[in-house]
Amino acid sequence: MDKLPEGVLETRWITGSPTLKQITDDISRPMEGRPGKLWYILFGIAVLGLLDLLGMATWLVANGIGVWGLNNSVGWAFDITNFVFWIGIGHAGTLISAILLLFRQKWRTSINRSAEAMTIFAVMCAGLFPLLHMGRPWDAFFIFPYVPNQHGPLWVNFRSPLVWDVFAISTYFTISLVFWYLGLIPDLATLRDRATTKIKKAVFGVLSMGWNGSHRTWSRYEIVSLILAGLATPLVLSVHSIVSMDFATSLLPGWHTTIFPPYFVAGAIYSGFGMVLTLLILTRSSMNLQRYITIKHLDSMAKVLLLTGSIVGFAYATEFFSAWYGGNIYERYHFVNRATGPYAFGFWLMMLCNVLAPQLFWWKKIRQHVGALFVISILVNIGMWFERFVIIVVSLHRAFLPASWGMFYPTVVDVGILVGSFGLFFTLFLLFIRFAPMIAIWEVKGVVTEQAHGTHVAVDTHVIPGSEAPTEAVNAAVNAAHEGERP
Amino acid sequence: MRARVVIATFPHVDGLLNAVRRARREMLRVYDVYAPFPVHGLDEAMGIRRTRLPKVTLIAGLTGLTFALCFQYYANVLDWPLNVGGKPDNTTLAFIPISFELTVLFGGLTTVAAFLLRTKLFPSKQPWLPAPGITDDTFAIVIRKPSAEETHQRTLALLTECGAATVTESEADL
Repeated sequence: MDKLPEGVLETRWITGSPTLKQITDDISRPMEGRPGKLWYILFGIAVLGLLDLLGMATWLVANGIGVWGLNNSVGWAFDITNFVFWIGIGHAGTLISAILLLFRQKWRTSINRSAEAMTIFAVMCAGLFPLLHMGRPWDAFFIFPYVPNQHGPLWVNFRSPLVWDVFAISTYFTISLVFWYLGLIPDLATLRDRATTKIKKAVFGVLSMGWNGSHRTWSRYEIVSLILAGLATPLVLSVHSIVSMDFATSLLPGWHTTIFPPYFVAGAIYSGFGMVLTLLILTRSSMNLQRYITIKHLDSMAKVLLLTGSIVGFAYATEFFSAWYGGNIYERYHFVNRATGPYAFGFWLMMLCNVLAPQLFWWKKIRQHVGALFVISILVNIGMWFERFVIIVVSLHRAFLPASWGMFYPTVVDVGILVGSFGLFFTLFLLFIRFAPMIAIWEVKGVVTEQAHGTHVAVDTHVIPGSEAPTEAVNAAVNAAHEGERP
Repeated sequence: MRARVVIATFPHVDGLLNAVRRARREMLRVYDVYAPFPVHGLDEAMGIRRTRLPKVTLIAGLTGLTFALCFQYYANVLDWPLNVGGKPDNTTLAFIPISFELTVLFGGLTTVAAFLLRTKLFPSKQPWLPAPGITDDTFAIVIRKPSAEETHQRTLALLTECGAATVTESEADL
């Protein structure tokens, strides 16, 4: 990066000043050439994971969920842990694409596309678990309010958080998918116009919907993006809040707390950013995109991890404080059991990964060290998986009457399906970075043009005399002169 | 309607913006501008009126909200009241999460559908590309060809002055 004069704020998010053509070429290259060795190795491992998932899920459906380690005391374990884990991962994608758009954070442009893709794939993985947990996935449509018949209660119970979940997650998936696809359309048109083979031309031709970069379309397109971002922002907050209500509306010590919605949302963003970091560190090096996904991007993500990690740590402390201050013996026992009981290792692992690890990001050296970021990003995800495990299993295994206490031990199928869900996730993600533009080409072009000019406003300094922006009066006059003409 | 148009391409945003502004001052009809990314400042320069799409969102969102509340009321109170833990049949507070989700779902999907309808985009539509490279690195301005020869010459001069790389004439469905 060229040195800027002292006192000038560094506002560049892309290294150097690539031309528009170069940007198209750089980002399209991974889709047009053959991917590197690293991609093939990762893809091979991911497909093995996917096969494992298929095998294990088939076994599970054929035999019933008794092949999991569930029992009367612990009726929810790995399945729901994985569900909450994957839904949480998805949240960072929406945060980056929607919330950062509303806050006009330019650094999102290089990473939003892949983060949104990650959201979609993560929600797909998440959806798998309630489906499998039903034991009879072919009856899954029972959870939607369908035409009443004799299958059972005529309507679903609209007062149940589990039904809220169905609506929240299907809405979240649909809106994320639409948002993602809408963002892809201009890039698909770019790919269509540079496609060399007939098949590519045809496929991109269908998918790009006849996009031709008309500014009248762009103008509406930007408004639609803003509207969707505005809708997705409360949506993403609602989704994990509703997920947390699956627990919070029950009476179980460890679940029955009002802090859950914000605590879950912060945890979700924390884990999601961890996953985005892991994925981006892998892709920028395997696809040679260091110029677009710079150390500065990684640094910003580390700051978000530091913030949300601290919120999570604060929530843990609050939970302990209310357990002690509330004076409820069951609640108090639960938290003692959390830290000293048979699953204490999970608790301490979660403290280490979620409370201590992100605090390392106070140091700029660590925030900008790719290796350290990679290790911590994986720790974050291990920590967040254990957080859900602790909340779910530890709360269930010793609740109220000691006579109904029990232990949960995962079986091969439990672990196999967890590993398999990663296989599904990474298979989809690797296919995505191979066959779709993983960086929003048009958004990067906008940012680069802007960074070349300093700001938008600076464009006006090059104005040729007599070409100043038309006044309101001129606009009105021209509009009147052409009234009735299309468009 | 088929019409003769003048198409000028520009390698940079500045020239394009200047051309649009000057063309509008000359009372020329700027049919559209084509760019690989949304160029800021063009809305004002082209005098584009603000889109009515947000209104669509509002109406669709309210429809979703009303539908969700009414449907839950219908199912739980009118059609099949079910006693769950002695709670009242019409537990409006418990209906809020689903009502919110459907507001977002209706609002989002309808807005995108309205956008696609308004901009006439649909899968496998054949695009009209006024110049090569407009989805890559070229900016193009399409002006309706003025009927008076003198104005036409002035248009060409104006475009060249603003730094147009190419100026061509073509037919287009406007």
